[in-house]
Amino acid sequence: MELRRDVFQAIADPTRRAIITLVAFQAMTPSAIAENFTSSRQTISKHIQILAECEILQQEQNGREIYYQLNPKKLKAIADFIEPFRNLWDDRFNKLEAVMKKYQSEQ
Amino acid sequence: MERKTKIHAEEGKQELFITREFDLPVELLFRAYIDPEIVEQWMGTRVLKLENKKHGSWQFETSDAQGNVVFQSGGAFHDIVPNQKIIRTFEMDNTPFAAQLEFLEFEKLMNGTSKLTMHIIFKSVADRDQLLQLPFAQGINMAHNRLEEVVMHLK
Repeated sequence: MELRRDVFQAIADPTRRAIITLVAFQAMTPSAIAENFTSSRQTISKHIQILAECEILQQEQNGREIYYQLNPKKLKAIADFIEPFRNLWDDRFNKLEAVMKKYQSEQ
Repeated sequence: MERKTKIHAEEGKQELFITREFDLPVELLFRAYIDPEIVEQWMGTRVLKLENKKHGSWQFETSDAQGNVVFQSGGAFHDIVPNQKIIRTFEMDNTPFAAQLEFLEFEKLMNGTSKLTMHIIFKSVADRDQLLQLPFAQGINMAHNRLEEVVMHLK
């Protein structure tokens, strides 16, 4: 199989990132995922397929249903996850500092 | 002064450190953690409960632009020493993540500046690594929420 998708390209798409967000908390069926979007089932299914090809999502058969869940190993392998975490806190702390500076000047 | 947030997470350990220096006196930095109105401003969350005392508890709630609760968290205070430290637990409701233990140290630095060190201990290495991965997803959520807000104002 020569289909080697670029994982970075895969996660650069906002819809695919949103899908990653959804399944980060729990395994979901394709239809359950699609319900969260206004795009067509077909479009979402295409996005899921791309994420699965990159092994960011992994399939799990549960009875008749196929569930998709996150493959954390793959995610860890494709990006430095500390940076978004750091950015999250940096943003928070920047806000804290701004809020307190304002508070300080009002005193 | 380097005013950048630093994360120190050693491979294979179930703890991490977050450090940050602030251009604020330590008293104000500490106040940002104990005053509910101020916490709401910088955390972007609703403070349901914030009992700043030993054996007290806290509870935050975050809603989206439509007012739906998207995120609830809470925990207990183990110890609070004004302008010095807060020891508390942190747990996100309705997620598979176990409670974590947080040691917050507030330090006075020169010329009205201060430093915060958060030492967070997780149930397992896997728990920690999973949480480190989460903001990637959460950040997107927040961006969406912000976008929604902006759009709402345009209407």
